[in-house]
Amino acid sequence: MGADPASGGLMLRGLVKRYGAVEAVAGIDLEIRRGEFLTLLGPSGSGKTTLLMMIAGFQDATEGEILLDGQPITATPAEKRNFGMVFQGYALFPHMTVRDNIGYALSVRHRPKPEIAARVAEMLELVQLQGMDDRLPAQLSGGQQQRVALARALVFSPPVLLLDEPLGALDRKLRIEVQEQLKDLHRRVGTTFVYVTHDQEEALSMSDRVVIMRAGRIEQVGTPEDLYTRPRTEFAASFLGKSNFIDRDGRRFSIRPERIDLLPLGAGRSRGRVLSLSYFGPLLKYRIETPDHGVLEVDVDAWRGGVALAAGAEVGLDWTDEAAMPLEK
Amino acid sequence: MTRTQRLNPAWFLVAPLLALVAVMFAGPLVNILWLSFTDPEPGIANYAALIEKASLQKLLWTTLRVCLITTVLSVVLGYSIAYAMANVAESSRQRMMLFILISFWISVLVRTFSWIMLLGRNGLLNNGLIELGLISEPIAFVRNELGVLIGMVHYMIPYAVLPILAAMQGIDGRVLQASRNLGASPAQTFWRVYLPLTKPGVIAGALLVFILSLGFYVTPAILGGGKVLMVAEYISVQVLITLKWGTAAMLAVLMLGSVLGLLYVLSRFMKLSAALGGGRT
Repeated sequence: MGADPASGGLMLRGLVKRYGAVEAVAGIDLEIRRGEFLTLLGPSGSGKTTLLMMIAGFQDATEGEILLDGQPITATPAEKRNFGMVFQGYALFPHMTVRDNIGYALSVRHRPKPEIAARVAEMLELVQLQGMDDRLPAQLSGGQQQRVALARALVFSPPVLLLDEPLGALDRKLRIEVQEQLKDLHRRVGTTFVYVTHDQEEALSMSDRVVIMRAGRIEQVGTPEDLYTRPRTEFAASFLGKSNFIDRDGRRFSIRPERIDLLPLGAGRSRGRVLSLSYFGPLLKYRIETPDHGVLEVDVDAWRGGVALAAGAEVGLDWTDEAAMPLEK
Repeated sequence: MTRTQRLNPAWFLVAPLLALVAVMFAGPLVNILWLSFTDPEPGIANYAALIEKASLQKLLWTTLRVCLITTVLSVVLGYSIAYAMANVAESSRQRMMLFILISFWISVLVRTFSWIMLLGRNGLLNNGLIELGLISEPIAFVRNELGVLIGMVHYMIPYAVLPILAAMQGIDGRVLQASRNLGASPAQTFWRVYLPLTKPGVIAGALLVFILSLGFYVTPAILGGGKVLMVAEYISVQVLITLKWGTAAMLAVLMLGSVLGLLYVLSRFMKLSAALGGGRT
């Protein structure tokens, strides 16, 4: 059931998309390795969806080229690229049953009926929708529609699966469940996944690598751990997780809130006064005003922190040298 | 609950209107139904004539044929116009809509006579073709069934375009992208996704055109030149000239019944208020 393991590597070279004077995508060079789960992460307007639509073939590149396994596909129309895609809102065919939705890609390729039936049954099992064959999309819950969309996109074993904010329409609890299922599915089918989202938690929890995008450009690429522990820019540090910024010796550093320790007044390398604190179950989040670094956010494990400090309390602050990550200008 | 509470006082405000409708509209309808069974003598003789008289059968067949051809042509042409409108920029769409509505608003009488001036024996087209030496004798475009069809299709196209356009504009563009993405050619996407999704609009437009065609009077009477006799014109002749009110009433009942039946079918596919230009829900 898996995709051809020798296929699915993408190379983007100097991709640019201009609408008049506006550059939606402003020069992207990126290698997407076969079989990896790659996430394009960015705020709205960062060009991530435009980039995905260019890979899918729905948007022409103004400049640059796209290669699949070394072959240029920039001029190939969308219907000949053989990429699976899960659309925002799923875009299921409302007039077709689940069975016909999933079988569509095979039926337009004029495959024999028994083969289509067998593949559809296989896909229904893969996404755990057995027995739903004859339902119409409108008769399914959001989570089930999302699974039909996945099955429909994977039924012809595409080398690449493109996903455009597929969890956007689901409520939070279901989203976390579906994240697990998606990761599991990726492991089982072995297809290259290119996933677009603005949700940093989704990006961190599912991806092999994350591409942080900003204003049509790549801000930073790396594994989730890389990006979280070694952000190179202020944007990357603040978009993926929370961060404090301090200036020292003419450079700017990022320190994650959980890397700062609270000590008795007088100890540590800095001092401050508690402005406010909020209780988050496992975490206590403090906002502390310091004379030399402005307001810092500090997270303390609630179970380790002992007695919570009241607003107005004076404390010492400390962090290790590795905790302060130097940022590029 | 007391008796007075059950009767909403608002009914008193509507009562005069209801009475007016009952007397001026429902009353005559009942009268027509009554006439069809009693004039010239009680019985079902008027209806039996439908089976016995070849002239009546020919009349109904002509009406049915003209209406069906009009419907098919209007829907096919209307579909392509609506498709063009659905796929151009907003400003062009509004301009196209204006042209549709302008012809929609012009009196059917004016439009019918315009066709005669354009297509008649000494009309613009025939004279032009003769001047150019392409033909030696004028072509009979009007005063026959072809003329009736041209006039009726022209009148009916807006009624086909509007519901079909509404259906097309309701389609989520991502569904069409999904079809392409799954490997469907443009033709496959059209036949398997686009057309089925616009089907409710096509059915609504077709029924609307057919129903309106059934009662057409002016256009067949003028463009048909008396050779294409349809039910509406026949009824008018029975009422005004031959004074066979029973036959006229029977045909009127028959048409009313067909229209109500078709409206019922239409209501299965869409909200009637939307098809007939009422408020959106």
